[in-house]
Amino acid sequence: MARLTLETPADVRLLDSGISVGEALAAFNAAYPDAGGIATFLGKVRPDEDVRVLELTHYDPLTLPGMRELADKALTRWPLDGVLVWHRIGVMHPGEGIVLVAAAARHRRDAFHAVDFLMDYLKSAAWLWKREKRADGWHWIEPRAQDFADRNRWA
Amino acid sequence: MSVTVLFLGPLRDLAGVPQAEYPAPLDWDGLLAAVSPAVAEQLREPRVHVACAGRVLSDKADLAAQDGEEVALLPPVSGG
Repeated sequence: MARLTLETPADVRLLDSGISVGEALAAFNAAYPDAGGIATFLGKVRPDEDVRVLELTHYDPLTLPGMRELADKALTRWPLDGVLVWHRIGVMHPGEGIVLVAAAARHRRDAFHAVDFLMDYLKSAAWLWKREKRADGWHWIEPRAQDFADRNRWA
Repeated sequence: MSVTVLFLGPLRDLAGVPQAEYPAPLDWDGLLAAVSPAVAEQLREPRVHVACAGRVLSDKADLAAQDGEEVALLPPVSGG
């Protein structure tokens, strides 16, 4: 049994220190013994020649409640056993995990779709603000047109 | 008797401070007059949202913040 206990059917967290991916997925797997499959996505700070650190800020009254609503939408939309939605806040370095999303389902397609959906919304609709520090200072990052187009696929 | 206004994300840089206190009650016109012209210009953009007491307003112009309430100015987000 994993020592980490997850909330079911949705475990949604904002984390201010590193994501322990192996521990999270072991606990997620243990929480859904009847699932036929689990899809996961780990988003990382892209190693970029110029980016030294990345910082994510949030707004307490909105960010986590918004992520919970999003997890509930995924659970309503597809027949899932459960989801995990973890997002980092604070300062991160290239190669570190920013976001971990997992979905457990009877059938793989539902799990794949749910993870894809959750990521598209986290990228461009969660109450998070990202900036990166390059050689010439801090730069705020806005979603790309592609991020909005990706999200609109689910409308 | 005041309202706390939080400048989130890039608005913090534009305002030069993370938050400010303004006299209560505070409505939309009062907010636009209280913040700097550069912040006011951003607030008029449709992609900038406003939350009051933990709820995002569907119409910013409906802002009616009372004494002790927190108003958050929410520029475009970027997660993941």
